[in-house]
This record gives sequence, C-alpha cells and structure tokens, in this order.
Amino acid sequence: MSSHDTYDTTGPRDVASKTQQARMGDVDDRFNSRLRELFGSTPFILTKFDAFLNWARSASMFVLQFGIACCSIEMMGTYMPGHDLDRFGTGVPRASPRQADLLIVPGTIVSKFGPRMKRLYDQMPEPKFVVGMGSCTISGGPFQEGYNVVKGAEEIIPVDIHVPGCPPRPEALIYGIRKLQDRVQHGESAPVTVKPYELEEFGDLDRDEVVRELANDIDEETLVMRYNWGDSP
Amino acid sequence: MSLEAPHEDPLARTDDRESLESILGDHAIGWEEHVNAQGVVIRPDEVQSSLRALRDEGGFDHLSSVTAQEYADRYESIYHLSKYDDRTQEVSVVVPTAKEEPVSQSADAVYRTADWHEREAYDLVGIEYEDHPDLRRILLPETWQGHPLGLDYDQDKPQLVSLSEHANPIAEHHHDEEGETMFLNIGPHHPATHGVLHLKTVLDGETVVDVDPDIGYLHRCEEQMCQQGTYRHQIMPYPDRWDYVSAGLLNEWSYARAIEDMADIEVPEYAQVVRTMGAELCRIAAHLISIGAFALDVVGDFTVTFQYAWQDREDVLNILEDLTGQRMMFNYFRLGGVVWDLPEPREDFFESIRTFLDSFEGSVDEYHDLLTNNEIFQRRCIGTGHLDAETAKSYGCTGPVARGSGIDYDLRRDDPYGYYEELDWDVAVQDEGDNYARMLVRMQELEESAKIVDQCVDILEDWDEDDREIQSNVPRTLKPDADAEVYRAVEGAKGELGIYIRSDGSDKPARFKIRSPCFSNLQVLGEAANGEYVADLIATLGSIDVILGEVDR
Repeated sequence: MSSHDTYDTTGPRDVASKTQQARMGDVDDRFNSRLRELFGSTPFILTKFDAFLNWARSASMFVLQFGIACCSIEMMGTYMPGHDLDRFGTGVPRASPRQADLLIVPGTIVSKFGPRMKRLYDQMPEPKFVVGMGSCTISGGPFQEGYNVVKGAEEIIPVDIHVPGCPPRPEALIYGIRKLQDRVQHGESAPVTVKPYELEEFGDLDRDEVVRELANDIDEETLVMRYNWGDSP
Repeated sequence: MSLEAPHEDPLARTDDRESLESILGDHAIGWEEHVNAQGVVIRPDEVQSSLRALRDEGGFDHLSSVTAQEYADRYESIYHLSKYDDRTQEVSVVVPTAKEEPVSQSADAVYRTADWHEREAYDLVGIEYEDHPDLRRILLPETWQGHPLGLDYDQDKPQLVSLSEHANPIAEHHHDEEGETMFLNIGPHHPATHGVLHLKTVLDGETVVDVDPDIGYLHRCEEQMCQQGTYRHQIMPYPDRWDYVSAGLLNEWSYARAIEDMADIEVPEYAQVVRTMGAELCRIAAHLISIGAFALDVVGDFTVTFQYAWQDREDVLNILEDLTGQRMMFNYFRLGGVVWDLPEPREDFFESIRTFLDSFEGSVDEYHDLLTNNEIFQRRCIGTGHLDAETAKSYGCTGPVARGSGIDYDLRRDDPYGYYEELDWDVAVQDEGDNYARMLVRMQELEESAKIVDQCVDILEDWDEDDREIQSNVPRTLKPDADAEVYRAVEGAKGELGIYIRSDGSDKPARFKIRSPCFSNLQVLGEAANGEYVADLIATLGSIDVILGEVDR
C-alpha cells in the first residue's frame, strides 16, 4: 500500500467513506491523519465495540418483575419450565426497576395505574426497552370502551414490540422478545414517541373546568396525569 | 358480633313473605318478586333496624352483596341476604332513595362487609350512605369526577389522576416516648401482592398496627362491558377475565347460571356433566397456582414447589385446551350448554385425563412433603393470620377462607347446581382459621376436585352415543322479561361468585353486577393481620389468595 491510488478507488474504501460521511458528515481536513486514512473511518474499533455491546445487551436482558393482569399469568408461564424464557437470556425477573432493562407490560392499564407505570418506566436505567404484551397494551383490547381504561400502553410510554393476543400464548411472547433482541442487536433503539399523558405538577396545568374543580383538593406541587378521554382513539 | 337472639332452628325457612312480614312489621313498605328471592322494600332511614331484625330474628347472617343502580326516577340499593347454614334461603332488601338527594343509611353497623360494598356503590353509582365509617372512592382515583355507572355520566370528560406521597393515617394517635410508627407502602408494584394491590401499612417496629388495602389499579369496567353486550354471545368472554388464574370455566358458570335461571333455560344433563368436569379442572389449576405462589411467599421456594405447581397446571391447561380450544380464556360455556362436545377421538381425551389424574395423586403427596410437612412452612403458617368464624361471617368471607375458619359452606353442595349432587365428594373444612388451615383446605380441595373429575370421566365414557345433547334450544336473540331481577351465585375458585342481572326487556342487561369473592375476602385482611409481624402479613395475604382482576373487576 505504497501508492495513494490503491486505497482511494477500491470498493470497500468507497463504502467506508460513505459510512463515514453518513455518520460524521463532512470532516474537517485538519483532523485527518495517516492512521485514519489507513483504517478508512474513525469509528472502526468503536463500531465493533458498539456491536459487541448490542450483542451483549440483547443476549442478557433483565426483565422487570411486573404483573398487571391476565397476561402476567401467561408471562409467568413463559418463565416456568415448559417454555423457559431463560433459554434466550431473559429469564431473570428483577424486582426493582433500577436493575431492569426490559419492561414487559402484561395487561390492562387503567387510569389509576397509569402514573405508577410511568414512574416505574422512568426509574429504569437507559437503555431500556418495552414489550407490550396482549391486546390491552395495544388498544385497550376487550376493555377499550371502558370509562377507566387507557387505550394502550403507547399512550404513556414508548413501546418497541407489540405482541397481540388475549392473552398471547407463551410462544408468541417468546417470539416478541426474540424480535426485540434482534432489534437491539442491530442497534435499533426505542423510537421516541410523543407521550400525551405526562406527569406534570398540578400548578402548571391550564386552569380549565376540571382543574378548577379540583383546586381545593390537590396541592400545587402534586404530580398529576391528565386523561383526555375524548381525544383517545 | 354474636347473634343476640338466635333463631330456634337455623334451618327453619324464614324467606317466605309471611315470615318476613312478621319479622319486619312496619319496616316493609312494599314487596317485589325477584327470580331468586322475595324482595322487600324498606325506607332508606330504616336500613339498620330492618337488617338487624333480619339478621337476629330471621337468621340471615350472610350479606352476600350490595347492588346499587340508578333508575330514571330513583336510586336503589339492594342488599342480597342469605344464610351460611342454608344458602337456598335468600331475601333481597330493596332500598330506594330519592333522585335529588340519594342518601341511605349504611348497613356497616350490622354487617361489616357492607363497608366496602357501599363504598363501591358510592364510587360507581353515586349513592351516599349515612353513618358509613369511611365513605370515599374505592375503585376509581380519589380525584375522579362523576359516577360512571350513573345514567347521565359523560365518558369523554377529561380526568386528572394524582400521584402523591401517602401519609401515615394514624401517626398522631400513635406517638409516644418509646418510638413512633412507620408508614410502609407495599405495592402497587410488588412481587408479594399477587398483582397490582397497594397495602397502606403502618408498622410499630415489625408489628402491623394498621393495614388498609388500596384497590382499583385494575378496575377495567367489567360491569360496564357486560351491560354493553348482548346476553347470547357478547357477555360470555368477559367472565374468563375476572379471576384470570385459570378459573375461567368457574366464572363462566356464574353468568350462565344467573341468566339460565332468569330466562328459564334448561341445560341438558350431558352438558352439565361436561361443565362440571371442566369447572373442576379449572379449580385444580387455580388452586395449584395459589399453593405455588403461597410457597413462594412463605418459604421463598421459587425453585421447587412453585415450578412443580406450574408444571402440573400446564398439564391441566393442555387438557382444557383440548376441550375448549383455548389455553386461558376459554369462552366455552353457552347459554343452555357448552359450545361443542368433547374432542375426538374421545378415548384419547379420556386417556389423557386419566394419565393426569394418576400422576396428580403423587403430586399432591409431594406438595404435602414439601409444604405442609415442612417444619419451616409450619412455623410460618400455624397460628398466624388468625380469623375466627364470627368475623369471617360478618365480613362475608366465602370459599377456602371461610372453610379454613370452620364455616361449612360450599355452594356446590348447599345450593346445588350442575351435576354435583349426583357425585360423591366432600367439602373440605378446617376449624383453626389460620394460614395453615386455609392452605390445608386448598390441598384437600385439590383431591376432592380430582375425585369429581374422575367420576365425570366415568360417566361420560358410558354415556349413550345418541343422547349427547350439548346445548338446549335458545332463541337467537334472548330478551328476558322486562324488570326481571335475579341474583345467582356459584362456587368459584375463591368463593361465592354471584351475578345480579336486571333486565329492561331488551337484549342487553340494564344492570349487571358482579359479586366477587376476592373483594369480600380481601376486606378481612386487616382483621387477620393486625398485631402480627409484617412478614406474617405477606403470608396472610397469600393464604387469602386474592386475584386483583376479580377484586377490582
């Protein structure tokens, strides 16, 4: 590799520079070095390290021990002998959200539980992933028309994988988790979604009819979640 | 809470109109005919004296349920009374209140179980109860606006739910120089609460001073859903989701029984045998989870008993899947029968049940070895979580919780339905009333249920091939008579699971009320746990065995 031409025109070099372009944009010439030219693009080692981390992450996911409704029984069935989720490296449910990186939402979310689930999700360290288990976490499922039922987990937290079913069979949950592991392994992280139901301080809310009615009961600094049922799908 | 003037003969019938007239005298201002019982109308300011008379003179010691509903011109609370000694004697006490000012006297002073039932009525329908010790919302968040099962409720109205720190409710009363109490939140997300239950616990050292179960984290409007569905097909899928720990068919039976009585639908005998067999398989599965989870709570036995129990349950689920086509949410019962016959080839199906039953005998012995004969388990359970029979009756406890306190009460025998009368089995009762007794009751019920399933298989094997009628003839659109009212219960996995239905002549119920056994059983937790260690509180909660889907509905 003595001549300049050899590594300027070959295929792989070309691909590498495109990758570099995509990742870093135009790089200032002053940062170029002989070594960088040799390796093609800077993040050569770093990329591989990312890939390694992603692989490790996907192969050992700690699930939050989180039971809500019917689906949690089927989820426990998936951990148990017979289906044994641990075969795929996700069989260690953690009782604390601070030790978990995967949240399986197994069941119907109702208004009273919404803020608590949001709090649990916020307590998990990043990167964190969410699998919505069952129809209720997709749309409210069979209870969608209920006055108290949140129309899907996505209204409160971002969800990576939806597993449909009522409840999904253990095989379906395993498939969903494998899909998530695939995504994590390839570095596709959780999409950022707009969350209409945020926890905010009561004092910060608009002074509409509901807020005025509750003004005497709720402290200004209390966290509240507002449900706009009329706007729900 | 002993009976002041016990009736001479507890089995003497006092549920006919004449006896009720002589007991109630002027209290009765009207009479109604309900499908299951005589209905008597009383004034809203005479609830306590009327119910006390019915309890002490009439012997009605079991307040099964309280149904609240709104009519166009009035509100109404119905107290469904019955007797622990004879479940077939029932009376419905109807308390109408004015539309403008729905205030009625609380029954809490007579039956302790009325506390939560009336809070629920206040929360969902909006009736207020005078003299109630603690009238606040129970299922919905405290900041909720409006009463959703009222007639003019606007479901699209925005709602706010707060998330604030919980305060120690009795801090001021319990503060001396030796120390102060500590407030401890257990749940709503906690492995030992078996779901989304929140226990507001106050501790003095390690001793529980006060425990207040905060429920409603899984209130998914089951009653509203059932009121929106047609009788024939749209309601049956929901019962599976009340007690979702494999008790599906038992729950379906409660709805099937209520509506079959109301609309006068016959069920063919063959279908009754199939129902009985399926229901008892469900009971085995439900009790297995209960026992496994209890072992997990008490001896921290995640690796052995818990997983053995799940493995056995998996075998039951495979049989039920062959029968119904579904693993958990069976939707197998139909009005007047079941949806389809046993799977072909029948011999293989029977063989699979027999194989399971043969191995199950050994499994039960193994659970006894691992748990009830285990010294650690015994030391955790014997003498803890004590509940005496009088308290249990006052709180309306049923199922294994009541039978563990020496109350010989089982609807399968006391108010017979299905095919249970023809079969040979026993009701498991233990007198001690502690956690160990409740666990023993469940263990025995596993064996009794296995006995019932075994007999059903024998009967089904010999059944005449030309006489396998699985469903009677039911009209495509079922419209029961207008204003018919029925309250019927079956023995679910956790106790008496009752359904109240009022018809308005259309193909959907005007009011559908679920009496959940877990709801009443959970209410007694404080009585059983106060004064004991917090570790025993967890054991007591496990042995009461609540399923939050059924508590909150």
